[in-house]
Amino acid sequence: MAEYQNIFTRIQVNAGGEASVDLPRGNWPRERGMFISRLLGKFGDAQVGPTYLGRTGVASLVCGFIAIEIIGLNMWASVNWDPVQFIRQLFWLALEPPAPEYGLSIPPLNEGGWWLMAGFFLTASIGLWWVRMYRRARALGMGTHIPWAFAAAIWLYLVCGFLRPIAVGSWSEAVPFGVFPHLDWTAAFSIRYGNLFYNPFHMLSIFFLYGSTLLFAMHGATILATDRFGAHREIEQIVDRGTASERGALFWRWTMGFNASMESIHRWAWWFAVLCPLTGGIGILLTGTVVDNWYLWGMEHGLVPGYPNPYEAPADPGM
Amino acid sequence: MQTHTENCALVAAALLGTVVLAGCERPPIDAEQVGFRGTAMVTVDNPRERIWPDYDVPDALPAAPAAGPKAGDIYQNVQVLGDLSVGQFTRVMQAMTAWVAPEQGCNYCHNAANLASDDIYTKVVSRRMIQMTQNINSQWSAHVQNVGVTCYTCHRGNNVPEYIWFENDVAANQQAYTGNRSGQNTVAEDYGYHSMLADPLSYYLVGDNLDKIAVNTDGWEPTYETGTIKDTENTYSLMFHMSESLNVNCTFCHNSRAFSRWEESTPQRATAWHGLRMVANMNNEYMLPLTSAFPDYRLGDNGDVPKVNCATCHQGQNKPLGGANMVDAYPSLQWQYP
Repeated sequence: MAEYQNIFTRIQVNAGGEASVDLPRGNWPRERGMFISRLLGKFGDAQVGPTYLGRTGVASLVCGFIAIEIIGLNMWASVNWDPVQFIRQLFWLALEPPAPEYGLSIPPLNEGGWWLMAGFFLTASIGLWWVRMYRRARALGMGTHIPWAFAAAIWLYLVCGFLRPIAVGSWSEAVPFGVFPHLDWTAAFSIRYGNLFYNPFHMLSIFFLYGSTLLFAMHGATILATDRFGAHREIEQIVDRGTASERGALFWRWTMGFNASMESIHRWAWWFAVLCPLTGGIGILLTGTVVDNWYLWGMEHGLVPGYPNPYEAPADPGM
Repeated sequence: MQTHTENCALVAAALLGTVVLAGCERPPIDAEQVGFRGTAMVTVDNPRERIWPDYDVPDALPAAPAAGPKAGDIYQNVQVLGDLSVGQFTRVMQAMTAWVAPEQGCNYCHNAANLASDDIYTKVVSRRMIQMTQNINSQWSAHVQNVGVTCYTCHRGNNVPEYIWFENDVAANQQAYTGNRSGQNTVAEDYGYHSMLADPLSYYLVGDNLDKIAVNTDGWEPTYETGTIKDTENTYSLMFHMSESLNVNCTFCHNSRAFSRWEESTPQRATAWHGLRMVANMNNEYMLPLTSAFPDYRLGDNGDVPKVNCATCHQGQNKPLGGANMVDAYPSLQWQYP
């Protein structure tokens, strides 16, 4: 395979760049800076740009920049502006939400106020980016599947950082901005609420997460495997089934008795991906508001069997 | 023929593999199932990763006759162990010397010209430490069981036990208006390398915060009265200390599917529960009041006294000194001092 030069196709087409369709009235012009990257062409389309920035894009980038600045400068300040320690401890550093005693009030800047401000600008940035995606999809005459899938992720983000803290009345329940600190938050969240693995919506979310990767692998493999029969003309084959889709379908009927159609596999994949954060967000929102201890809830509702304890279990010495 | 790209890819893969694997422990890891199947109740131990030294358990000195005049009547300024006979008293002193000051001898604590004098600070501290040892052996059998402790349990032949701790300001605020670390978000180098509470020892093992360890409710409906996520992280940080001090993993005490449930736990969890309270008692009642007795060079950066944690006695073993009983040969260390 010494000639293998590309993940998908062997040949890179270089026609000097394609400016694509004209934009509707009222749109900003696309940014200049279109170029051809031979390296990126090994992984996808060799053409980079032109991007469309627009009002919401600019506003989103400004808000995102402010949020990152607030977070990053607070992290840097926390190591006394030492650049070496900032790099060394970067994964440990964080901007923390307010302490529990502040509830939902607005605390002083250095007691969580910065966190609220960073959260506001980050949320504004994400929201504006969503609007931008929606409007770009519309401008191209596309469906709005992509922005709605993005909205599913935003839902989970809002539940963790905004909706659930409001529901339980404390900003301190929200996620810190930081690499390890947000992972520590995740572990502590599960332990505090009696093990999230006993949360049925968490189960659903994991099901859709793993299911997404499985469907992605199955679909990608099917298309690659039937490419020689024309599967790269995938969309065409949705309306005009050809050898590729027939063989792919036959393969899955042979191996597991059922096959998705050339069109429905994309709905399968889209819904699995979207349902992962949707169900996960529901599970998080119920945690601490409706159910305080998922393990006890699960045991009471016959979710799982109890296991025998081979030891003589100790009595609670604090009682 | 290999292309340049392939060579680059191979080199990159080798480098990446090295980086990814650099943090791994070399297998095999000893794993022993200690609970019901399917519950992941397994103890893990990698003999290559043991960081704690091995210690021999010293032999007890030959017993001394109980007959004869009492030490408290013969010597001056005997405030502890005075009811021992002179022979027994001398024997305990000899044992303590071997346990704590084998190189310096008697004069590490005593003024050679006047053994009764309290001039040297170590004598004042030793007296209180004897009382602490008696208190542990007589009051805290829920933790030390029938094994008990002696000076050697912590000191192991050192003047100052190797594993003591001081207040740790590493996560203190550096700036007035930005960069509040809330006591965490730094590399917890002492225990676990996590980013949670950086100084759990000052929070839990001094003062009266141990009840904040428990963060769960006893029912599944919200009561809004139990611990916060922050409390949970703080507890987690303390558990890292316990785990590393005893060289055990979580499942030594807990069934990780329900950390808080006593009916799912092992008996060791109750032992540990009492141990935490014992350590807080040692720090609050014995170490902190000695602050003014210590010279400055024995104190921490904040002028705080050296303090006790789980590692002070355990030193990497779930039973200190492998569970060897040294105290039965020295009954006076089990007395209940008034």
